[in-house]
Amino acid sequence: MSSELKIPEKKNISSKTKFLAFGLFGIGLLLSLVAFVVDSHRALANYNIIFTFLVSISIGNLFWFAIEYLSGAVWSTVMRRVNEIFISFIPIVFVMGLMVLFNSHSIFHWAHEEAVKNDKLLQAKSPYLNEEFFTIRYFIYFVLWILFAYLVTKNSLKQDESKDQLLTYKNSKLSAIFLPIFAITLTFFSIDFLMSTEPHWFSTIFGVYYFSGTALASVAIVTLAIILLYEKGYFENILRKDHFYNFGALLFAFVNFWAYIAFSQFLLIWYANLPEETFWMIHRWENGWQIFSFILIFGHFLIPYFSLLSQQAKSNLSRLKFMSIWILLMHYIDLYWLAMPSLYKNVTFGWIEISFLILGIGFTLTLFVIRFDKIKNIIPVGDPKLKRSLEFHL
Amino acid sequence: MESKPLHSVAATFDDVNKLMNAVHKVNEVGYKQYDVHSPYPIHGLPQAMKLKPSKLGFVTLIFGISGAIFAFLFMYWVNVIDYPLVVGGKPFYQLPAYIPVMFEVTVLSASVFTIVWMLFIMFKFPNLSHPLLDTEYMKKVSVDRYGISIQSKDDLFDLNKVKEFFKEIGAEEIFEIYYKVDELKDKPKIFDKKFISFSALTFIIVSGITYFVLNHLLFMPPFDWMHEQFRVDPQTTTTVFNDNFGMRNPVEGSVARGFIPYPFKGKPAEAEKFLINPLIPSKEVLELGKQKYLTFCSPCHGDFGMGDSRLRGQFPNPPTLHSDKLRNMRDGGIYHIIVEGQNVMPGYASQVNEEERWAIVHYIRVLQRSVNPKESDLR
Repeated sequence: MSSELKIPEKKNISSKTKFLAFGLFGIGLLLSLVAFVVDSHRALANYNIIFTFLVSISIGNLFWFAIEYLSGAVWSTVMRRVNEIFISFIPIVFVMGLMVLFNSHSIFHWAHEEAVKNDKLLQAKSPYLNEEFFTIRYFIYFVLWILFAYLVTKNSLKQDESKDQLLTYKNSKLSAIFLPIFAITLTFFSIDFLMSTEPHWFSTIFGVYYFSGTALASVAIVTLAIILLYEKGYFENILRKDHFYNFGALLFAFVNFWAYIAFSQFLLIWYANLPEETFWMIHRWENGWQIFSFILIFGHFLIPYFSLLSQQAKSNLSRLKFMSIWILLMHYIDLYWLAMPSLYKNVTFGWIEISFLILGIGFTLTLFVIRFDKIKNIIPVGDPKLKRSLEFHL
Repeated sequence: MESKPLHSVAATFDDVNKLMNAVHKVNEVGYKQYDVHSPYPIHGLPQAMKLKPSKLGFVTLIFGISGAIFAFLFMYWVNVIDYPLVVGGKPFYQLPAYIPVMFEVTVLSASVFTIVWMLFIMFKFPNLSHPLLDTEYMKKVSVDRYGISIQSKDDLFDLNKVKEFFKEIGAEEIFEIYYKVDELKDKPKIFDKKFISFSALTFIIVSGITYFVLNHLLFMPPFDWMHEQFRVDPQTTTTVFNDNFGMRNPVEGSVARGFIPYPFKGKPAEAEKFLINPLIPSKEVLELGKQKYLTFCSPCHGDFGMGDSRLRGQFPNPPTLHSDKLRNMRDGGIYHIIVEGQNVMPGYASQVNEEERWAIVHYIRVLQRSVNPKESDLR
């Protein structure tokens, strides 16, 4: 069957793109180093946001990878290599996170012993929120994620050579084991790195909130990568409108899901009106932070919602490209909105934030370019679902 | 045959590829009024037929948006304008609480009106018939054949030419489809006996079941478990409190909403001395006072305060309101009499509220001035 397939030859990424990627990364690195010298506290807080953003897109892709195997999805099989590129970020993201771990004092209020001593609430939470357990948890998350990422990508790459159908079955089984683990680890990860910046707050829906952003951002980044590659001619004669329509539909669905979860969190806090919960929302509604709250309501929900509402818009490439960049930016602002107001009373958005944003973009691009050069085939040539995926019709 | 008007000429094909080929050929020739039938949806067919995308999405959008707006306005009217009620200490206008309802109404209105629009505007319900239905052609294309029908209203239509054309492009069978004359003449059968009786039966069954469930089933064990609730009903005893009264007296000193305790109980002299009329006489105040005076005071005191009771001696007539004593009494004194009563007159505190009492006092002053005007009034 696979002998009939025309396997497209893989081209390498142009040096111009590489120059852009390395350039952005270099500028970002330089600027953020300056930021560390000028205001290390704020720089670290921003570093934490970029770190959680990279976790979002890498672990989110692992989630979609598992979902593809578990649901037996056909349309996305052609694009799986791109998923795998983002999944391969995970070990590097792990190393990045160590920096947050070593500097937990300047990001997390609960890491100060003298603060915990005089605070009944923090004392009650200290069996969970203490540095030892925090470190252990960090390693548990990443060991599980890296282990699964390693196993499934190894199977997927081996299939290119051996064309063994059993490997698909193996990956499906692994995915079934991984998904519950993913749900638990991602929930606790979000509690540790984002929610615990404000350790006095309570919200039981927080893990789902972060997951909704994660799933959305990882679809957005794959959409963006696929469209950019397609425009450069990498997926010519492989991808059709029907494939892109599914990306549009997923983006639309998860824009709604995010809004649903975000509103659920807000509505319950607003209705119950308990001071230990409402202060978090009130803080994000004053001292200039309300601008970011408004940006989220409009930019993270209403604008993408109406842009992707119609059937034509979901397979309109320029619209999809713009919307996926937009959604990624909104996900960054969402994370910023979650973590930053807990540390700063007044709004802080200046060159430090921008330089870390450049660092994040440059880092992602550079890693993508390096990884893309390493892979042999841009489509999984040994996958038994490939032919159906190529012929996919809505 | 002459009396039967021709609706269309239809042809069947035994292969999807042949059908797609035929559709392209039909487009080439330039027929516009044609339709394609198949047992299952075929990808790419709408594009091959050059159909425009369905407009139904806009209908859904418009009805969805109007549903959201309606829900918002309705809740705003109920909660803010018509029946303001404090719920959970929240303001009357509470957008976050409206949003879930707006969401639900949006979905409801969008889906229901999409179906209604499809049925009545697009499918022309209650018209249930179409010439193509109940034909040999329709039987075939519902099972394992693919068909094209070219309608006679097409500009290029010519019976023999179309038949010739179908043969050329490899049609398996060709049918001539005629209007059924009786269906053409008949009005849509919405008043059909079967239809009416089926609707009536449905109505009776549904309402009967609803009536039974709400009025009988829910009172039978074990479905009556919701009726026995762990709470104290009004006018019943309880073992929770020592005195066994289910209903509790308010805590001493508690004051009802909108009620201010009267501090001059049994002290008319002090009331006259300290109480000051807070209302400035205006048209509205005097009209309110007049209305309340005529309702509560005039039965005994008379419409003009002359003490000419309308009660025909069933009660002792009160003295006139134009006496010197009353004319010289300060507003607080009259107010005190309205609250507590005097001699035979009972207190009217429960009938008229504070604002209304003061308005009545103003109105009494108007009546007094009309009988004993000041010098300045006569000029």
